[in-house]
Amino acid sequence: MNLAYRDVKHNLPRFALTCVGLSLLLGIVITILGIYQGSLDDALRQVRATNPDLWVVEAGTNGPFAEASRISGDTREMIARVYGVERAGGVTYQSVQTVHRDVPLRLFVIGFEPGRPGGPQKLATGRGIMRSHYEMIADRSAGLAVGDEVPLGTRGHKFTVVGLIQDEVTASGDPVAYIPLHDAQTLQFELAPPVGRREAARGGPLQTADTVNAVVAKVSSFVSVPEVVAAVARWKHLNALTEAQQETLVTRFVIEKQRRQMGMFTVLLVIVSAVIIALIIYTLTLDKLRSIATLKLIGAPDRTIVGLIVQQALFMGITGFFAGLALVISFKDYFPRRVVLVPDNIVLLFAIVIVVCLAASSLGVRLALKVDPATALGG
Amino acid sequence: MTAASAQAPLVKVERLSKHFGTGDTRVDALRDVSLEVHPGEVVALLGPSGSGKTTLLNCIGCILEPSSGRLTLDGEIVYDGRWLRSDLRRLRLEKIGFIFQFHNLLPFLDSTDNVAVALDLAGLSAAAARARSIELLDYLEVGHRKQAMPAKLSGGEAQRVAIARALANRPRIILADEPTAALDSHRSGIVMDLLRKVAIDQDAAIITVTHDDKIFDRFDRIFQLRDGRLDAEIDPHSRQVELENTAQHEFPQVPNRDAIQD
Repeated sequence: MNLAYRDVKHNLPRFALTCVGLSLLLGIVITILGIYQGSLDDALRQVRATNPDLWVVEAGTNGPFAEASRISGDTREMIARVYGVERAGGVTYQSVQTVHRDVPLRLFVIGFEPGRPGGPQKLATGRGIMRSHYEMIADRSAGLAVGDEVPLGTRGHKFTVVGLIQDEVTASGDPVAYIPLHDAQTLQFELAPPVGRREAARGGPLQTADTVNAVVAKVSSFVSVPEVVAAVARWKHLNALTEAQQETLVTRFVIEKQRRQMGMFTVLLVIVSAVIIALIIYTLTLDKLRSIATLKLIGAPDRTIVGLIVQQALFMGITGFFAGLALVISFKDYFPRRVVLVPDNIVLLFAIVIVVCLAASSLGVRLALKVDPATALGG
Repeated sequence: MTAASAQAPLVKVERLSKHFGTGDTRVDALRDVSLEVHPGEVVALLGPSGSGKTTLLNCIGCILEPSSGRLTLDGEIVYDGRWLRSDLRRLRLEKIGFIFQFHNLLPFLDSTDNVAVALDLAGLSAAAARARSIELLDYLEVGHRKQAMPAKLSGGEAQRVAIARALANRPRIILADEPTAALDSHRSGIVMDLLRKVAIDQDAAIITVTHDDKIFDRFDRIFQLRDGRLDAEIDPHSRQVELENTAQHEFPQVPNRDAIQD
């Protein structure tokens, strides 16, 4: 006879409410894990989106994601001539904020040379950039549609959205937008008209500098990437990074603080869950002291009493966990950040919840085992 | 000598003592108490609060370890200066049935399962436990309430279900702590008749702690305890028992919650 099940059945509304509360708490834990995984995934997608074998950046920097890097635009021609490099393309990266339909819009703008490495790999809808100016491909999370016109830059150049991509955002959640390299360079260096006039009056440069943040290159499958890296490294003003190095930089450094913050939140919430489970189990045990004393008196072994308490703790933890998981799966698409649920993380969290339930029930078990059977006798 | 007393006693208490604390705080709850209860007998322990009734019941029920003396249950010496059985839980499960003042039914089990839980703990299969439970509930004339939860039972019905649970594993020793305290006189009479029936049918010894003077004439013998000593054995049908009981009510009535205090 499963006493834990019978007790749960008898006190179903109470257990159900407890499980709802616990599921919300565990749902938040799962969401935080999902947000972290989403950030990691977004960061990696950003690196992998261009799918290069090699990143060439300014010497002494770990650009373009981990820190700023600026190299001359003609570096692309230099890199393209290195033995083993099949194709190369200059890219720029910049965050811009504009207003679209009276709503603030943040975009992470990538300038690339159409037909060369650095552009979007796969379109969800629309077409690629065909004109040399003022066309844009944006991530769907920006809320833009094909045909929309988005003003960018200090002079408000209107870029027409010609295509949409899916799930390409930065680690901080800003949607990615691709525009032609030349436009991107203009956006980086053009001055607002009054500032331009002032600069002209003091004899400053009016021309946009032909600089890029990095050059990405595809290496021939017949040549090893380290060999090309070594060749590029001979230029003292350049630094070459493989894709693996770039991914390591992004995951280890760019989102390291975010990882720590979310890890801390997760640990705190797991501790809160443990305390709540422990308190609930302790209270439930207090309510059952006379029943426990009676069971002991009529000959119930300790394992029956321990089973009653531990099974209820596990019941609450497991029900709360799966209810929380179902909740997150149902609503994750409505969350402002991308929530990515990785099976390994979910299984690990489930194991942690089980351990927490067992640990939390120890308080109730201790109380139950201390109950004197004699308390069942007498009024 | 009655037919019951001709048989070997089911409960034999010899010079049993129990004290709590040491030095100035030492309390002698039981002092050299000796008594025998034979199969088929229904006996009462009577005495004012603090006289040692519940302490004696707890010692006989193997819940509380005596300080000295000897205790024999169903022919087996279980205590002789120390417990001689390591598994007292099993001993209680097999040989002793408990009936409580407030029935102590498990609130989350229906009547049948409240009885079946004792059989389940003894290792009986679920089907067999259920069949035996229903049989017992019918025997105690509460079979029509077999699916009722304890909260839905009347006091008398709940006490009969509790008696059924106490009888589940066919114990030969039944210890009852004020089994009629929460019942009116009519239901008290029914419960005592049932205990008498059980004692006869199962050849069991029933030891009851009671203050209920309406049921004194239902006992075969009454043991009067005072200050931890067995003061006297009273004829249940005599006038003396009423006087003793009247005298005990002159003491302040302390709720009988703590076995240590009694």
